[in-house]
Amino acid sequence: MTRSDGMTNVLWLQGASCGGCTMSILESGASGWFDELRQFGINLLWHPSVSEQTGEEVVEVLEAVLDGEVPLDLLLLEGSIARGPNHTGRFNMLAGTDRSVYRWMVDLAPRADYVVAVGSCAAYGGVPAAGSNPTDAVGLQFEGSDAGGALGAGFRSRLGLPVINVAGCAPHPGWMMETLLALMSKDLSATELDAYGRPKFIANHLAHHGCSRNEFYEFKASAESMSERGCLMEHLGCKATQAVGDCNQRSWNGGGSCTKGGYACIACTSPGFEGAQNFLETAKLAGIPVGLPTDMPKAWFVALAALSKSATPRRVRLNATSDHVVVPPGRSGGKRSP
Amino acid sequence: MTRITIGPFNRVEGDLEVRLDVEEGHVVRAEVTAPLYRGFEQILAGRPPLDALVLAPRICGICSVSQSVAAAAALRDAMGCEAAPNGLLATNIAHAAENAADHLTHFYLFFMPDFARETYSAHDWYGATSERFAAVRGNAAREALPARTRLLETMGIIAGKWPHSLAFQPGGTTRAIDLGERVRLLSIATAFRSFLERVVFADSLENVLAIATAEELDRWRDGRSGDFSWFLRLADSLRLADLGRGPGLLMSYGAYHGMNGELFPRGIFAPRATVEPLPLAQITEDVSHAWMRESSADPAYSTTVPDPDKAQAYSWCKAPRLSGQPIEVGAIARQTIAGQALVADLVSASGSNVRNRVIARLIETACIALAMEQWIKALRLSEPFCVNSRDIADGAHVGLVEAARGSLGHWVAVRGGKIERYQIIAPTTWNFSPRDSLDVGGPLEQALVGTDVGEAGPRAVAIQHIVRSFDPCMVCTAH
Repeated sequence: MTRSDGMTNVLWLQGASCGGCTMSILESGASGWFDELRQFGINLLWHPSVSEQTGEEVVEVLEAVLDGEVPLDLLLLEGSIARGPNHTGRFNMLAGTDRSVYRWMVDLAPRADYVVAVGSCAAYGGVPAAGSNPTDAVGLQFEGSDAGGALGAGFRSRLGLPVINVAGCAPHPGWMMETLLALMSKDLSATELDAYGRPKFIANHLAHHGCSRNEFYEFKASAESMSERGCLMEHLGCKATQAVGDCNQRSWNGGGSCTKGGYACIACTSPGFEGAQNFLETAKLAGIPVGLPTDMPKAWFVALAALSKSATPRRVRLNATSDHVVVPPGRSGGKRSP
Repeated sequence: MTRITIGPFNRVEGDLEVRLDVEEGHVVRAEVTAPLYRGFEQILAGRPPLDALVLAPRICGICSVSQSVAAAAALRDAMGCEAAPNGLLATNIAHAAENAADHLTHFYLFFMPDFARETYSAHDWYGATSERFAAVRGNAAREALPARTRLLETMGIIAGKWPHSLAFQPGGTTRAIDLGERVRLLSIATAFRSFLERVVFADSLENVLAIATAEELDRWRDGRSGDFSWFLRLADSLRLADLGRGPGLLMSYGAYHGMNGELFPRGIFAPRATVEPLPLAQITEDVSHAWMRESSADPAYSTTVPDPDKAQAYSWCKAPRLSGQPIEVGAIARQTIAGQALVADLVSASGSNVRNRVIARLIETACIALAMEQWIKALRLSEPFCVNSRDIADGAHVGLVEAARGSLGHWVAVRGGKIERYQIIAPTTWNFSPRDSLDVGGPLEQALVGTDVGEAGPRAVAIQHIVRSFDPCMVCTAH
């Protein structure tokens, strides 16, 4: 679809959402997100948090898209689809329209060149789907890790792609912008998505890659309680060796990440992450963490762990259970050998 | 009489529906609907108590730290432990960054763009105002968004990321700050002060906070550049002080807890009265007009079970009341109760209204920018940031904090090591509550009555100003 003005029309809606993905993307762009959108020729048809149009004016925009008067390049949903109660969608009505967001999305999605699920809620159901899932919340094309969701497993947008899932709770602003721009340049084909619809440029990495606690991981020198510097995997629930995402290869808010922040990766990019319990404790069987790296024989992992523990330098061992560096790097005494 | 419906109501956090009965161009009755329910309180029941630290913050992407801090405070109450002093300071620094970022987001992205609406095109200020504040295309956002991003770099140092961090624990924060990081925090705080002094106020924060009366404010703003003065001139031109008068009662749970009490104290304020202690036990929730089943009125004992077909109901939001009365919360309440001179003077003269709510938010931003600098300097870098304790007692516990938008409470009941009940009353639950069983409307419902909508009906911009002056967070409201 070509626009006479060369602009790309983007419509952003929110379902059963906390708004956190929007809060995250507002951090994007050196001169602000709006300037970034302008630079890339993106026209926000409407966005619930930032657009001027309200009330009737919004309904006019949505109906113009439904009627095909306004072409829709990208349809983005933030938040899960609350299908309840009894498939009415009434837990999440689009105000002023007497129609649920569920219904709006089912009607709008076939109009879009591409449909993007922004965040793990829109992708898989996310936190609203936790526990008893009181609102029957699902993702656009997944219900947890099962294909289906609000639009159905067979859904394809106008240009033939399934829903593109920018998972994460909330996703890094770069994940969202890079996905949009890669779609605009037609660089994100179906082969560039993993089995859960996530762009591979994000999902081909593990959150563990680049973790600043890596030396502690290598030696299995583990933190035992919150705020200690050691590896968070053995005791404090960290799933970074199993969760996809280039989290520790990027800077979050100018330099952070979950594990840099001192707490476990909870695998927020994974379908169904919200179903876990005791997020900050490692589940173990016979003293061995249940969740080990998925592509490594367990016996090898246990053997290597035992070996590395026995070889752990004193510095690493002591720092692991301290909140400050108590033993700095350096020689443990003696003169430089010739 | 005609009934008009306004929705989707955007540039609030989440979605909102407002229905107005209009007679002779004036609102005679308002109904406010929170159209989203996700069921966090149901999701939390039956889980290990510490899971609240993961799930509760995800109620809200804009005040996620507030939700974290409230959950951590409730669990700290359950553990009977004290947080490490450094942990309290680091929490305050991060919480202040979030609250100040929220105030900026509200002012520049949610509230001011309404003055760039076509409907104001006849005013002599319209052209420049539209150029500066128009939604998405205005040039103010080109300064405000990078300033917000820079301020939120506080989170990269203290909290790993924002929104949704697990750094805020009952015993403190999860990451010790070293000297280099303290300097980086100070440099972020300094950059934020510089943005406020250059772009928002066009004066030093100390001078701004020395303004003590409405008359001094008028003199100060005369001929001054800066977006705060810009707003004050619009407020005069459009008589925003006459718009959206609140119910009168104001409440604060007290904000930024430290080893020696709070930066902004806890209390309630009634017009023509002094600030009084807060009778916490008098907080109740009424579900007569909420799609919720009857339950205990006491948040410590109530449960949340949807009843989507309930007659008379029109919102997923319960109606919290203090001693049976609706009450307004937010920066205007916090600053009035804290005795901030200018806000107290404005409120004593004209109560809570569109203009005064916005002024209170910006004045508070100046206060917390200065407080952040002090907290950063007060960190004792060689001491712990977190005290660990894992024993959680059975019983009913509560965590009370102030989010940017006002008083936020988490009531958690623990039994046999699991969450038995979890009940949350968020700021906009108070401000945008539906009617109670006595048919008394919530603060926004009251503030809308009497508004002149003229010929514009549902497009009346006065309604937009009133609603957004509360800085509503609808995702928190019904959660």
